[in-house]
Amino acid sequence: MKKLLFALATTAAVIGFSAGAYAADKAKVCFVYVGSKTDGGWTQAHDIGRLELEKALGDKIETQFLESVPEGPDAERAIERLARSGCGLIYTTSFGFMDATVKVAAKFPDVKFEHATGYKTAPNLATYNSRFYEGRYIQGQIAAKISQKGVAGYIASFPIPEVVMGINAFVTGARSINPDFKIKVVWANTWFDPGKEADAAKALIDQGVDVLTQHTDTTAPMQVAAERGIKAFGQASDMIKAGPETQLTAIVDTWGAYYIKRTQLFLDGKWETQSSWDGLKDGILSMAPYTNMPDDVKAMAEETQKKIESGELKPFTGPLKKQDGSEWLAAGASSDDGTLLGMNFYVEGVDDKLPQ
Amino acid sequence: MGIFEAMLLTIITAATPLVLAAIGELVTERSGVLNLGVEGMMVMGAACGFIATQVTGSPYIGILAGIAAGALFSLLFGFLTLTLVANQVATGLALTILGLGVSSMIAEPYLGQSGIKLPQIVFPVLSDIPFLGPVLFKQDLIFYLSIALVAGVNWFLFKSRAGLKLRSVGDSHASAHALGINVIRTRYLAVMFGGACAGLAGAQLSLVYTPQWAENMSAGRGWIALALVVFASWRPWRIVAGGYLFGAVSISQLYAQAFGIGIPSQFLSALPYLATIIVLILISHNRRMTLINTPASLGKSFVPDR
Repeated sequence: MKKLLFALATTAAVIGFSAGAYAADKAKVCFVYVGSKTDGGWTQAHDIGRLELEKALGDKIETQFLESVPEGPDAERAIERLARSGCGLIYTTSFGFMDATVKVAAKFPDVKFEHATGYKTAPNLATYNSRFYEGRYIQGQIAAKISQKGVAGYIASFPIPEVVMGINAFVTGARSINPDFKIKVVWANTWFDPGKEADAAKALIDQGVDVLTQHTDTTAPMQVAAERGIKAFGQASDMIKAGPETQLTAIVDTWGAYYIKRTQLFLDGKWETQSSWDGLKDGILSMAPYTNMPDDVKAMAEETQKKIESGELKPFTGPLKKQDGSEWLAAGASSDDGTLLGMNFYVEGVDDKLPQ
Repeated sequence: MGIFEAMLLTIITAATPLVLAAIGELVTERSGVLNLGVEGMMVMGAACGFIATQVTGSPYIGILAGIAAGALFSLLFGFLTLTLVANQVATGLALTILGLGVSSMIAEPYLGQSGIKLPQIVFPVLSDIPFLGPVLFKQDLIFYLSIALVAGVNWFLFKSRAGLKLRSVGDSHASAHALGINVIRTRYLAVMFGGACAGLAGAQLSLVYTPQWAENMSAGRGWIALALVVFASWRPWRIVAGGYLFGAVSISQLYAQAFGIGIPSQFLSALPYLATIIVLILISHNRRMTLINTPASLGKSFVPDR
């Protein structure tokens, strides 16, 4: 039923869009969003990037976007419609748009495509991603300093490599401070459901965690943490408003710089396919101000951030063990990107069985 | 507070909006109207309840605004399906899409704001009863209302004359019309009651469950409520059983995960749906009783002959 609704909504959106499309001298840069541009999280961060792009290159380009496009066959139609309507460069901003983008890119060799968080490329299809795990490593260190009980709660969405990588980075960061640190994971099996995320937060707090982090999109867990008087980390955007005395920091997605860089290359005719995976140093993600923590913890967090930015510290560096105790990385060895992007195992210290 | 008490409190919060939306839809369907717009009315109630609370500073005014928004929104459905005799299924779906869109639009300035939580009403003495006291007698107004509404609807449908008329309209609108009952007016009132309940359920989401506004924050609860009505075979108390069972299983699985039980979380997430369907099918296995309880004119449009 919901699928049908979304299909209807998208069809309506696509029809409405084509009616409004018109030929222009300016190059057209288009965006496909999985959520609404005011969702307060993932999609909003992309839309802020789009607005920054307009501000920077507005005299040479115009932007258009389709929001709330469901992942699946409808996405393919929506992307194809954009390609047909004269978009020269199309950003598809959700992992689930991967196969649809690949298919449409094959049909329109003259149009350039950029797909966020995926791993399939083509001569006219690039991918881009952000090293969110760098932020989660810092969060883990803060959690280990702040927590009295040595246990953090982690609200996860779906068991995909991106999320598993985040959990592992958090634990690795925490155990670099307190080798006995543990986390409890609850899988909400949703990206966006305030009620369910709040329930998950309550379940974790009732079982004794005293610091909370989330890989879901709403501010509900932050609110529950505030109500119960524990500290928490925000996700995707600065959630300080939901917990002025609760948020320690948040990972903030800042896509704008990337969009400006790549669109400029496109305008100059120098655009080439690539797989970009930028981190804190490139400004594709940033940390919300470190608040609600003692000065020495703040200093430590800033120090770690600096080391990651300079490349001195790589979060996944041995000696590290997998959850079952077998060795993953020997002392001094760092993980390669391929292993991270396909991550399907936990490191030591996670009190959960990874759903397969 | 023990862990079971904490769990019960979480379950009550999760089940209340389902029970509220479902009891309203039950009355609507008993009058023979199928309104698939529950999700849309709910999210409108959530948005308007939140806005009114932020503007006035009183969550009680927020509750009233949520109820009013749901009822007014359902009136649109009533006008289209009852007066203009549009298809109920299509109109209901349209109402959901419209509600999701309109609510996002009007509540956009309130995104990210922290709301005011509805205060608890504490019954003296009763709330001191060990274990059950804090769970049953230290709740917010909307929880007490949800139970009162179910009891009230049960009495109304099966013990009152007006309830008998409403059921007769739902079973055979032609016969009811012949007997001189005003079919259209009865259905309008039933649709608005359904809308008001869905609006109240929405207000519970944005004032109690998670005191904030987020787009599409009902996240499918309207559809679950719709399913509950069918699986409860249109009996009010079964809605409470179904709603609380659904809430209990979905909350327990989260607690079980936090506890570190090694069952795949995808299975646990599906469990509430499975358990609720199985149990409600078992308690309504008597086919004859189910047929008696099913409104025979459900979803059929009525045009009075002149």
